[in-house]
Amino acid sequence: MTERVLAEQINRDLLLTYYKKMLELRLFELKVQELYRNARLPGFVHLYVGEEAVAVGVCSNLEAGDLVFSTHRGHGHALAKGVPPGVVLAELWGKTTGCSGGRGGSMHMYAPEYGFMGTNGIVGAPIPLATGGALSAKLRKKGQVVVSFFGEGAVNSGSFHEAVNFGAVWNLPVVYVCENNLYATEMAFSRATKNTSVASRAAAYGMLGVEVDGQDVEAVDATAEAAIRRAREGGGPTLVECKTYRYVGHHEGDPGTDYRTRDEVQQWKQQDPVKLSRKRLLDYGVDEAKLLAADQEVEQLIDQAVEFAENSPEPSADSVNEHVF
Amino acid sequence: MSEQGRVITYADAGVEALREEMRRDDSIVYIGQGIGPRGGNFRQTRGLWKEFGDDRLRDTGICELGATGVAIGAAMAGNRTIVDEVFLDFALEAITQIVQQAANISYMSNGKIKAPVLIRGAMGSVRSAGAHHSHTFYNWFANTPGLKVVLPATPYDLKGLFKSALREPGPVVFVEHKSLYNAKGAVPEEEYLIPLGDARIVREGKDLTIVAMSRMVDLAAKAAASLAQEGISAEVIDPRTIVPLDRKKITDSIKKTGRLVVIDESPSSCSFAAELLAIAVEDCFDELRSIPKRICSLAVPNPFSPVLENQMIPSVDRIVSEVHDMMKVNKLRRKS
Repeated sequence: MTERVLAEQINRDLLLTYYKKMLELRLFELKVQELYRNARLPGFVHLYVGEEAVAVGVCSNLEAGDLVFSTHRGHGHALAKGVPPGVVLAELWGKTTGCSGGRGGSMHMYAPEYGFMGTNGIVGAPIPLATGGALSAKLRKKGQVVVSFFGEGAVNSGSFHEAVNFGAVWNLPVVYVCENNLYATEMAFSRATKNTSVASRAAAYGMLGVEVDGQDVEAVDATAEAAIRRAREGGGPTLVECKTYRYVGHHEGDPGTDYRTRDEVQQWKQQDPVKLSRKRLLDYGVDEAKLLAADQEVEQLIDQAVEFAENSPEPSADSVNEHVF
Repeated sequence: MSEQGRVITYADAGVEALREEMRRDDSIVYIGQGIGPRGGNFRQTRGLWKEFGDDRLRDTGICELGATGVAIGAAMAGNRTIVDEVFLDFALEAITQIVQQAANISYMSNGKIKAPVLIRGAMGSVRSAGAHHSHTFYNWFANTPGLKVVLPATPYDLKGLFKSALREPGPVVFVEHKSLYNAKGAVPEEEYLIPLGDARIVREGKDLTIVAMSRMVDLAAKAAASLAQEGISAEVIDPRTIVPLDRKKITDSIKKTGRLVVIDESPSSCSFAAELLAIAVEDCFDELRSIPKRICSLAVPNPFSPVLENQMIPSVDRIVSEVHDMMKVNKLRRKS
């Protein structure tokens, strides 16, 4: 094989892996939506539908021991970091087999055994935590990298400013990944700030800032790969702004159409990351039958997750006082 | 371990505890403003930077929210951290990280993630520091499940409690008193630990129980000495830690004396003093000989004027006078 043919095959295989992972995230969230609408799940959920290329493009470049600090919209990050879908779903169901034993729920899921350091109910709060994780990584000198996910809604908070300032001045092995989906709950980014380029803010901290199409998993992959390598090699943090969109409301129950037009939602769906990568795979000459088999495999994975979570036990009521300290 | 040894200051007792623990546990990292070469606003880290350097004594700008979050995150990832808010008042900038993240993390993660972070701050009224630098809201932290709350009153207690706090699995709010940093006391040279949740009987007595913490312990002891001259025997107890609380030692004393006075530098409403009165009623109702009493700071923002500030905080005179009133009641009358 020539080098070019080999490279194409590697790209193809990688893209197929990414496609499957993105589909896993998508089908997982659609299943959660269905279960939630049927009142099967307690609590509140913020779904990741539409943003899959970011989690997958970034986390695919991480090693098992690297750490991810996530957000309120974090199911996709957990799955992309390798937490099994059954374990994530069991947590959403409040079951003992969930990654937090049913004590956390959607916005408080922790799986350090997979390097997943938590979703978070407080916008902005995980950015200092991730920065601290990176400080620890740097001091322990294990070559560990930390990824801090947050939405554009977090970048006007003091937490963002104080945290990235630390990351930059201490040259920490952290990648700040902003998922700019244009709306903080209902607030359009352009109404919340004069400077709508998140990446440009990096300059204020003496840090590298990069903007990338968050619907294109290969573009995210390339950008993340470079940023993670820099961090691992001691080159310090990068602020990566991924332009993306959520097709669903802020939380399940919010129609998401009071503050944005249906046309806008439809337009973004034209650049759907799952469809986009599927089309690209076909263009690369991947057999459609192979893709259908992949689809089926992912569907089965989600079915198994539901079965696992549904049949898992609830915590015993008298365990309520455990793990406070 | 008795309170014998060299006489050193409260601030230096803390420095000694830190030096010993940082030598013992090389995962300890200290984060805060002015804690490096400067040695701390209150001299509370004097000389440590010279031994441990920039990696482990990390000076920050003025950004408590970020610094506290960073300290908690580093603790979650495997280090033991100390974040120095300097003035406890400044912990308010970081309250979301302390209450929402540090306090909750063990529970939310089903015990899989611990955050061994010590949040250090100096509280209380001292020399007209005014409303922004004098708060005493330790009771807020005690009302937050997941946080332990420590208030040392003497150099001896500070060192022993600090060392224990630096071996706790989770977050500890360590509240010193600004006016005590120069207070002197005997501290042994050999290593000792004081477990959290072990109250100290400062003075034994039989007529009434006075519970006080932090700087109020000294006032309570002085009041007890004055009362002793009149033949009133007051037992003085310092809980030393609010969470965990040595409920037994306190209630044993109340049952013995039948009378409780709590001295608290915070305002009385929803205070630690209120909690102790509730405990007295719950556990010692039958033994109470008079209505338990709270002697607290007045519910006003800390005034600047020395006259007003002195009026606000409990004083020895006020304690003695309120105890006199209480001792006039010999038997609690109950309708039966």
